[in-house]
Amino acid sequence: MSMARVWRVGSDVDTDVLAPGAYMKHGIDVIARHCLESVRPDFAGGVQAGDVLSAGPNFGIGSSREQAAGALHHLGVAAVIAPSYSGLFFRNAFNLGLLLLTCPQAEQLEDGASVQLLLQPDGPQVILADGGQLACAPIPAFLMEMVQAGGLLALLKQRNRSASHGV
Amino acid sequence: MAPLFTPQTLAQKLIARAAGRSRVAVGEIVTCRVDLAMFHDSSGPRRLKPMLDELGAQIWDTSKVVLVLDHYVSTSDTDAQKIVEVTRNTARQWKLPHVIDSEGICHVVLPERGHLHPGMLCVGGDSHSPTGGAFACYMFGIGATEMLSVCVTGEIWVQVPRTLLLQWQGRLQRGVCAKDMMLHTIARLGMNGGQYQAVEFSGTAVTALSMPERMTLSNMSAELGAQVGLIAADATTVDYLRATGVAPAHLQDVSSWCSDEGAPCETHDFDASLLAPQVAAPHSPANTRTVSEFGNVAPGIAYIGACTGAKLEDLRAAASVLRGGRVAASVQLLVAPASAREQQQAEREGTMQTLRDAGATVLGNSCGACAGYGATFPAGSTVISSTARNFKGRMGPPSVDVYLASPYTVAASALSGRISDPREALA
Repeated sequence: MSMARVWRVGSDVDTDVLAPGAYMKHGIDVIARHCLESVRPDFAGGVQAGDVLSAGPNFGIGSSREQAAGALHHLGVAAVIAPSYSGLFFRNAFNLGLLLLTCPQAEQLEDGASVQLLLQPDGPQVILADGGQLACAPIPAFLMEMVQAGGLLALLKQRNRSASHGV
Repeated sequence: MAPLFTPQTLAQKLIARAAGRSRVAVGEIVTCRVDLAMFHDSSGPRRLKPMLDELGAQIWDTSKVVLVLDHYVSTSDTDAQKIVEVTRNTARQWKLPHVIDSEGICHVVLPERGHLHPGMLCVGGDSHSPTGGAFACYMFGIGATEMLSVCVTGEIWVQVPRTLLLQWQGRLQRGVCAKDMMLHTIARLGMNGGQYQAVEFSGTAVTALSMPERMTLSNMSAELGAQVGLIAADATTVDYLRATGVAPAHLQDVSSWCSDEGAPCETHDFDASLLAPQVAAPHSPANTRTVSEFGNVAPGIAYIGACTGAKLEDLRAAASVLRGGRVAASVQLLVAPASAREQQQAEREGTMQTLRDAGATVLGNSCGACAGYGATFPAGSTVISSTARNFKGRMGPPSVDVYLASPYTVAASALSGRISDPREALA
């Protein structure tokens, strides 16, 4: 399993920070370039596919705009790790194939650290470089399935195909 | 033997009906039939059409869909105009029977046109969709991809929430209103204090409120992070909906849309009679304190707008403070009425004239500066606003400072040039 670099942000990161309103009329590629720019100007340009974002409580509060989750997914973020999320953002993230880990100790993760994610069904774990582990809340199986399929649209397409093949 | 009666919350009853069940348990995940899906020009066709085409699917029931053009309609730039054009073309192509174009903000025009009634389960492509909870509808916001799924299947999953019962007893003072109640609640419980559970408003101070004021409570449940903000149906609900043309059949026996006595709730008590006007400092609605603590703040812009703060009742509140007065020379007062029909009523009764006489500039019936999608406030400005959110960078560049308050307080502050207690102006 590959190591992921941690990008750290604070608490109450809102959807205007993730997907600023001024760019909402554009496509996800443009919005993603401005993702988190008011709190982490180095993020959108520096993040690599497979990196993870760690945050304080209440990540994703605010608007229903799913581009907030879409921008992170577009940038290749493998998972967000935070103690709590806005419920609306939580649904949007899984619908777009972005994994969210609910981790009470997320704030122990240091910026720039390397971690591994262990996605076991009874509760994912974040494995630290020193071997320490942070436990995360279990994720309902149907949401895990959605993320693995690449999101809700991909899942609907799979189901359409199965239905048309009489499966 | 008589069956055992297990008291259910309003949230449980609404979900059980939509799931075709006699009862549901807190925490269980159920699939619900959707009675109505609302989306707007930002979350709607421009996002849904490509996905629907990709799937080769069609909308499950266009009679259950309402499209509202409100986010990009007051903006003149070409990208925004293109979004509006795509929205209109798609609406024609899909033959949507319910399209409300440039006539007001979705959360206000939806009930105004009689689309909501107690007992429904509805979704909206906008985070302030809990506004529908004021009509005892289980209504919540979803993103565009999930809306696509609803449009294809007519269904959505819900995890049956716990209920946080916010009990407001006593009577509000003159010049204090639903907006103050919500700012105070958010300060007490926190921005995500609703934990995506159901909030239900009750108590004598809530039942005394008009429907537009109740809508403000439900609307700002979004800022509490609740999935829904419910209010039991009563005679006030029925009177309002009858006037909008809702079929009488939908208004019979609505009194059952309430939480049963003894239903398990986490109760929070509030005393309305002690509540002073509230102001949220930049950059969070939870950053709320009493108005008297902000007397040294001098806003250059006073904004009355949005689904939260520019309904008819909000316009009347502002006018009651401004009547006969003139805004301070240092302040620009902007008023964007939440719907065209409400503005027409405000014109007929003289409310709009009072606002204009005081120096207000009247803007179009759209989300306006609140959404931050079009015309926003200039860099460095200090704004007092009747809207719902003051996140950094939402209503303009990050250097804009937005203070949230009730329309009474916005008006009083516009008059004096400093953030001011409206109870003094009304005395």
